[in-house]
Amino acid sequence: MYQLINTVLIGITSGAIYSLMAIALVLVWRSARVVNFAQAGQALLSTYIGYEFIQKFHSFWVALFLSMLVGAAVGAIIDSSFMRILFRRAGHGPIANVAPIIATLGLLGLIRALLGLVVGGKDVRINPPVSNVGYTVAGHTMAFSPLQLVIVISVLLLMLVLSLIFQRTNVGLALRASAYSPEIARLAGVRVDGMRTLGWALAGAAGAAAGLLQTPNGTGVLSPDSLEFSLLLVFGFIAAVIGGLESLVGAVVGGMVLGLVLAFVLTYVSGSVVFITAFGLLIAVLLVKPTGLVGKRGGRRA
Amino acid sequence: MTPSSALLEIKSLSVHFGGLKALRDVYLDLHPSEVVGIIGPNGAGKTTLFNALCGLAVPAHGELFLNGSAHKWPNAHELAKLGIARTLQGVGLFGDLTVLENVMIGAHKFAHTGFVSAAFGRNKDENKLRERAMLALERVYATRLANRRADTLSYPDTKRVAIARALVSEPKILMLDEPAGGLGEEDIAWMNSLIHNLKAHSSILLVEHHMDVIMSVCDRLYVLNFGQVISSGAAEMVRRDPAVIAAYLGVSAT
Repeated sequence: MYQLINTVLIGITSGAIYSLMAIALVLVWRSARVVNFAQAGQALLSTYIGYEFIQKFHSFWVALFLSMLVGAAVGAIIDSSFMRILFRRAGHGPIANVAPIIATLGLLGLIRALLGLVVGGKDVRINPPVSNVGYTVAGHTMAFSPLQLVIVISVLLLMLVLSLIFQRTNVGLALRASAYSPEIARLAGVRVDGMRTLGWALAGAAGAAAGLLQTPNGTGVLSPDSLEFSLLLVFGFIAAVIGGLESLVGAVVGGMVLGLVLAFVLTYVSGSVVFITAFGLLIAVLLVKPTGLVGKRGGRRA
Repeated sequence: MTPSSALLEIKSLSVHFGGLKALRDVYLDLHPSEVVGIIGPNGAGKTTLFNALCGLAVPAHGELFLNGSAHKWPNAHELAKLGIARTLQGVGLFGDLTVLENVMIGAHKFAHTGFVSAAFGRNKDENKLRERAMLALERVYATRLANRRADTLSYPDTKRVAIARALVSEPKILMLDEPAGGLGEEDIAWMNSLIHNLKAHSSILLVEHHMDVIMSVCDRLYVLNFGQVISSGAAEMVRRDPAVIAAYLGVSAT
């Protein structure tokens, strides 16, 4: 019984982190129609900067807030200085479809290499801001600590804020209109370039939060060639695809599904089939329901 | 009327696509509460003229005057602020949004909601946009469609909604690109009377193939052929211009 509950709890926490990363990927896809592989690099960079903020301000929360701002700025800069030129140069046709994606792969490598150059060989440690020892219920230590509670709450809060922006403001409308048809949106008075940059910025902030929350939840060690961040990207992608790539709610549903499935496989089957399961799930969703588990609905969805 | 009383004036506009001269030395003016039709055979440059005015085609040369003063050729997203709105030949609704949301996007220039107030759920602005959008839908008799997804509408209904989206920005100049195109007889009659109603609030530039609509609503006409203005003036006069008849029949007007 306790094992079952613990498995669910582990699934929810890791699902929450995957959701954050998936949200970041969905935000860029939705506003700019770019699959952003660089998201992991951006998150890594923001997390390193977050680490510096922790050293300076001795507060994880201040650092989290500031690193989300930095993450947003990095996203905005990548879009407005790099992607915008790329789109203009690539023009139309097949190259225009594929160049941005390959470019984000290049960016990922570039960010990691530059980080390696600056901080390489000096892994740093980010300590959990609150206890990561599980709560005790009737003598049993549960797989759910104050840290994990904080993670789940943070993800929910972020979801809520983004949903409000998307569903209740003209910004949400303009973002969707820009993604659907840039030209017509422009004619209606929407600054499409600005909307793209905004999508990148929001995604950068979400990715930064994912990185800084996941690090103390995992090994606590941060390094430029961190495997953890690669996994974050991969699982974030799988979660986003399960959710249909288009919807924030879908990203969270996808993250939770993936988190729970992997937790059950880990507990009841074997750690060695976790990857097989994750990628199997991805392929299965793409084959059976390529539009994702969260169906297409009308209107301005979150 | 003196040129300075014109809402909009275009002088010697040329647009080139590669080697092709799509427009050559085109001129046009539009005065308050006027309906001006732009007609001509297919490929004459009517839509290119609209595109140049909307920032979708880059003029090689030409001057633009708004309210009598020189103005640079606007970018697409600046049109709404200049009091210009346009419908597209291909209608161009956002298929995955509702009708109301489609129209609300046209009111984008009235929106000011910042992130912070949005995040705390203060959306007075949103309600105002919604009201404006409903009013625009009322003007095209389409309020019943408000909550439908745009990609579920019949073709005539998409045309209504596209016009509502243009109206919602309260344009001084309304550019309609083939509003009657593809419509049946009944809907054309309806569109005709709608354009008559719209005159009360906006000056209208109209590209249209249906001559009944043109003759019924337009005060003046410009006739384009091979990218040039071959005739212009009061609608009745232009219709009898031998050069125009020749252009439509495809014979040389000598």
